[in-house]
Amino acid sequence: MKTKRNLGLGCALLGAMGLTTAADAAEQITFVSQGGAYQQAQTVAILDPSAKKLGITINQDSIPDAWPAIKTQVGSGKPIWDVVDTPTGYCLRGGEQGLIEKLDFSKIPNAAAMPEAYRSPYSVSYEFYSSVLAFSQKTFPKDAPNSWADFWDVKKFPGRRALRNHPIATLEAALMADGVAPDKLYPLDVDRAFKKLEEIKPNITVWWTSGAQSAQLLNDGEVDMEMAWNGRVSAVAKEGAKVAFTYNQGILQSTSLCILKGAPNLDTAVKFLNEAVDPVHQANLPLNIDYGPGNPKAFETSVIKPERAAQLPSEPANAAKQALMSYAWWSSPAGEAAEKRWASFMQK
Amino acid sequence: MLALVSPALLVILLLIVLPVGWLAWQSIYHDGFTLENYRRVFTEDIYWRSFALTFEISLAVTIIALLLGYPVAYLANSVPKGWSILILSLVVLPFWTSVLVRAYAWLALLQRTGVINQLLRYLDVISEPLALAHNTFGTVVATVHILLPFMVLPLYATMQKIPGDLMQAGASLGASPSLTFARVFLPLSLPGVLAGCTMVFVLCLGFYITPELLGGGRTVMVSMLVSRNVELYNQFGAASAVAVVLLLSVLLIFFVVSRFISLDRVLGQK
Repeated sequence: MKTKRNLGLGCALLGAMGLTTAADAAEQITFVSQGGAYQQAQTVAILDPSAKKLGITINQDSIPDAWPAIKTQVGSGKPIWDVVDTPTGYCLRGGEQGLIEKLDFSKIPNAAAMPEAYRSPYSVSYEFYSSVLAFSQKTFPKDAPNSWADFWDVKKFPGRRALRNHPIATLEAALMADGVAPDKLYPLDVDRAFKKLEEIKPNITVWWTSGAQSAQLLNDGEVDMEMAWNGRVSAVAKEGAKVAFTYNQGILQSTSLCILKGAPNLDTAVKFLNEAVDPVHQANLPLNIDYGPGNPKAFETSVIKPERAAQLPSEPANAAKQALMSYAWWSSPAGEAAEKRWASFMQK
Repeated sequence: MLALVSPALLVILLLIVLPVGWLAWQSIYHDGFTLENYRRVFTEDIYWRSFALTFEISLAVTIIALLLGYPVAYLANSVPKGWSILILSLVVLPFWTSVLVRAYAWLALLQRTGVINQLLRYLDVISEPLALAHNTFGTVVATVHILLPFMVLPLYATMQKIPGDLMQAGASLGASPSLTFARVFLPLSLPGVLAGCTMVFVLCLGFYITPELLGGGRTVMVSMLVSRNVELYNQFGAASAVAVVLLLSVLLIFFVVSRFISLDRVLGQK
């Protein structure tokens, strides 16, 4: 069986209709991710091999932000999608709102073997990225900033700074700058975090909103240091810009796989979920893109060479230096309140 | 006549009236009637601040566009036909480039490592780069550039209709050129000023791309609140309430303006 690539919802619908009318009775699912180079990398590393191994057809769709579509599809009572790759917080929030299926881990042995922090009743970690401290090597040829305390230290490390215009990961960084240990962050002390952010606010040149913008700021030398996603920084470095980043005190974030409530192909979707986090498929992902596998067992296969592993956010030694984001906290009422408070912080 | 315009009316109904009506409905109906979305807009001070900033920026943009646009329109009006076509094409030319591209172009000019700062440093005018982008200044500059044609064209259209004889009459009665301008030409061009200012001000109220790209994250205009509320509250109502308040303020502005000048004129009819 080959993976089918559909370009949009309409095509997915047409494709699904075409397939059901065909004599082909093979099992199939519709899988949704965020498109671009990222989805292409998954197709090579995970989706095509899984389809082959399970003998199923995987129809693909892509959408930058799946959340509104999940709400409308499940709300309509007839979802089209089965499995979604989306930021873990949406899986949890969806689970609480009855939009996402609860998982039976006895049917997903690969996920059951993963650390508990890497899964939830509704989701399984699929890949990891990290919000890291990135800096210009032109401005800091040696003695580069290496922690959020350094980022906050404008005397010792003068230069222009950027942070993401969003509380997620930014509040964590503020608390680490204030001396909280990476493994003692949750529940976040929101007041303390905002107080610390007030301190650095006058020195923030840009509050970036998109990953592309963060890359441009670093690439053009518009800022000397910033919080950015590791894949964005390494892409800029690959283009030849003198930039680097540290995993020290990075905030390890993930997207997860989850299944829509009332998914049309639930059983096949569960089978696929197990296959998608298979250590070998997972180990193939970072050979195609700068993201770390969601299943740490991938590092025990011989697929990822040690020098490649050292570059990845979820490699155990790198992961140990970082804070693991608690999506459970961010989708709790306290987390949602912190997210709303961000707006008034920015406009003061 | 009705048969001729009905396709256009249908398109307007389907693509504008219905969606806007549906959005407005969502702002008051979510699992029952609620005014929560409006309570939030009128009580939380971030909304007030954002509306105030948006009006301030729009006012600044309008004044700058008027100061820049009036001389251009005046020049285009007083030179021979061939030259005026050239001037007007230069005014309209930027229309052919997308707003996004123009906003990025301003970023390339204004940012720390941008053309202007590099040049000024090369000429030793400044030792530290100026903060031209990632703030309100950058937002205003780029917005003025994008909206300038909306000022120049109504001004030019109005000036075209001012009979040249009047100026000659003024001159023949012994008035100096500046006096004829101040007492005859300027008052007669005021409807164009009002039309241009209204267009620019109203369009600026809804601007999104320039503050987003050149505002550095702190220049939060109302349109940005709309998009942020969709993310923050995960329902359209919270966002559409902001949009409805903005829409009503625009309608109010048009209403006030219409007391002074026919709306046909603002919209370029006459």
